[in-house]
Amino acid sequence: MTHSGAGADGADTNGAGVPEEAAFAQEVPRGEPILEVRQLVKYFPLTRGILFKKQVGAVKAVDGVSFDLRQGETLGIVGESGCGKSTLAKVLMNLEAPTSGSVKYKGEEISRLSGAALKAVRRNIQMVFQDPYTSLNPRMTVGDIIGEPFEIHPEVAPKGDRRKAVQDLLDVVGLNPEYINRYPHQFSGGQRQRIGIARGLALKPEIIICDEPVSALDVSVQAQVINLLEQLQGEFDLSYMFIAHDLSIVRHISDRVGVMYLGKMVEIGSDAEIYEHATHPYTQALLSAVPVPDPTGREGRERIVLSGDVPSPANPPSGCRFRTRCWKAQEKCARETPALTVREWLEGAAAHDSACHFAAEREIGQSAAERESGQGATERESGKQEKQQ
Amino acid sequence: MPDQEKYNAADPLAEAGTEELEMPSAVENRTFDLGTMEAQSLIKPERLQDHPEAPAADERVEARSLWQDAWRDLRRNPIFIISGLLIVFLIVMAVWPGLFASTDPLKCDLSKSQQGVSSGHPFGYDNQGCDVYARTVYGARASITVGVCATAGAALVGTVMGGLAGFFGGWFDSVVSRIADIFFGIPILLGGLVFLSVVPSQSIWIVVAFIVVLGWPQIARISRGSVITVKQQDYVTAAEALGAGSSRLMVRHILPNAVAPIIVVATIALGTYIALEATLSFLGVGLKPPTVSWGIDISSASDSFRNAPHMLLYPAGALSITVLAFIMLGDAVRDALDPKLR
Repeated sequence: MTHSGAGADGADTNGAGVPEEAAFAQEVPRGEPILEVRQLVKYFPLTRGILFKKQVGAVKAVDGVSFDLRQGETLGIVGESGCGKSTLAKVLMNLEAPTSGSVKYKGEEISRLSGAALKAVRRNIQMVFQDPYTSLNPRMTVGDIIGEPFEIHPEVAPKGDRRKAVQDLLDVVGLNPEYINRYPHQFSGGQRQRIGIARGLALKPEIIICDEPVSALDVSVQAQVINLLEQLQGEFDLSYMFIAHDLSIVRHISDRVGVMYLGKMVEIGSDAEIYEHATHPYTQALLSAVPVPDPTGREGRERIVLSGDVPSPANPPSGCRFRTRCWKAQEKCARETPALTVREWLEGAAAHDSACHFAAEREIGQSAAERESGQGATERESGKQEKQQ
Repeated sequence: MPDQEKYNAADPLAEAGTEELEMPSAVENRTFDLGTMEAQSLIKPERLQDHPEAPAADERVEARSLWQDAWRDLRRNPIFIISGLLIVFLIVMAVWPGLFASTDPLKCDLSKSQQGVSSGHPFGYDNQGCDVYARTVYGARASITVGVCATAGAALVGTVMGGLAGFFGGWFDSVVSRIADIFFGIPILLGGLVFLSVVPSQSIWIVVAFIVVLGWPQIARISRGSVITVKQQDYVTAAEALGAGSSRLMVRHILPNAVAPIIVVATIALGTYIALEATLSFLGVGLKPPTVSWGIDISSASDSFRNAPHMLLYPAGALSITVLAFIMLGDAVRDALDPKLR
């Protein structure tokens, strides 16, 4: 608390965008937004020319995404390759500067911070990477990798306690604390991912952004890592943003799910709302592609096969981004960009944020999701009856 | 089962794993699904594999860093020991040549020109009737100084310039790369003829400086490329996400991972630079005769190789052994810095 003398002008500096550390110390009640993302945009300029660079366009990787991450929850983000999930994570981590829009952590704008203020935010938001084979420095021992956060933020653990702190972290993630002198290549993929998680936990962050943390792992190891993440969430009161393209895993771990397509959030809601009452055609198509572990069910169900490819994010379609592949598309879809809101004609669980002019539940996505979740046919019947009424 | 217990006793975590596995019985909890059960059952074998062998006794000691590990590894590497001893021997010879040869390399007797081995003169005589053995011993100083200093200088300048260019990119990269291109474009012999002939002093350091100026772009290109490759790795992003500053990123993460190709190129360049000094001396712009160097001897002996091969073989052999020793050393160091090869 070296700032205590300057406490009086603290309010002024806050206004100038330099948050006091004390601002981050306050507790956010469970269920309240801890991270607020509003109209976040990230364009990567396309340039031509070597010496005199001329911008000829932009890849619209993330284009106006808004959502809240609530304290203690897991928000799953799904979408196919190239839809901007990882760019979103990088912008939230302040690894890329957003083109426009705001990211607020506990009410403080963090997307344009630098220097000491940024370092303070980094303590509270950490990341687990996709590929455990490239996310650990091959020339550092495990002790050095997990101990590095303490070297960068010496205030977290005093020098003498660091070795102990590293061993405790290894223990927490289920690795032998005596392995601190080993190198990453001496571990299996699952163990490496645990090391990556331990590094993310070292600073005792409140938010962990998991960028496809299990997609590089075997299915059996995926289950372990997911269970570990869930266990740690309870233990350390973490909020997760969980990016993945595996819908089953996202359903397993998430409280709420957001679906992204071509840089836009197309639908967001609780996991039951998304998986059982999806209203956006893209979500329905995604869900219909989830493999069903039951051969009899597999034959009976209908798959929505989308035609064409994802359009280039450098030149996205006008209006609704999904209209080029949507079976519901009409002229209105090309003219107006659908807002991510609750449509007034939807009721019950279907009434959640969806960016479609013609948002409606569809039988197919629903039934596939139900089978996948192992719920009985009775509930499906009752769902049908409700609809008929 | 007794085996299992023994294992658990040796390993505290094995028990931690089994505790976690306590599952509610199906009777107590009817709703729990098969998928989770399967996943849970898979944890057990992997848990046991987590600890395939108890860590060796030496792994329980203090935490170590990459460089400490590399040094521990090098001390046991016969290639490092041999090349290290050779280099120490060559350096001692360069510093105190009098310890190895009692004859004066500049005391020549034309009547003995090109004569073979005789008592007290194991390598015979050269064109001027000087003792080849003494000249080989005394020549180590100039050749090793030029080779080592020019390599160290070029490697340092090249690594720093190329590394910074690769790390920061943008206009700084453009400027450094274009400057490197300009130096690349100068033919080394033509440059040497022009540059060294206008410099009045013929000191050894002028030759070293000239080689550094023309040699750094090669290493700069290698290090720039290497740094750019490493910079894109996830572990660099991870360190950045932790709040690491540029200097930490460069020193802790990028440099150790980018240094291997630089070491290889630099050790090979060392031999080239000694040979370059010889070429420049041969053209009359490098070191000048009262200075004794392998390069001067090799170039003067090359004309009469058929009449008196010993004049060429001994200084050339000394040059080859020196270059080989440094290449072996570079190889050993590079391998020691790669934990995967241990």
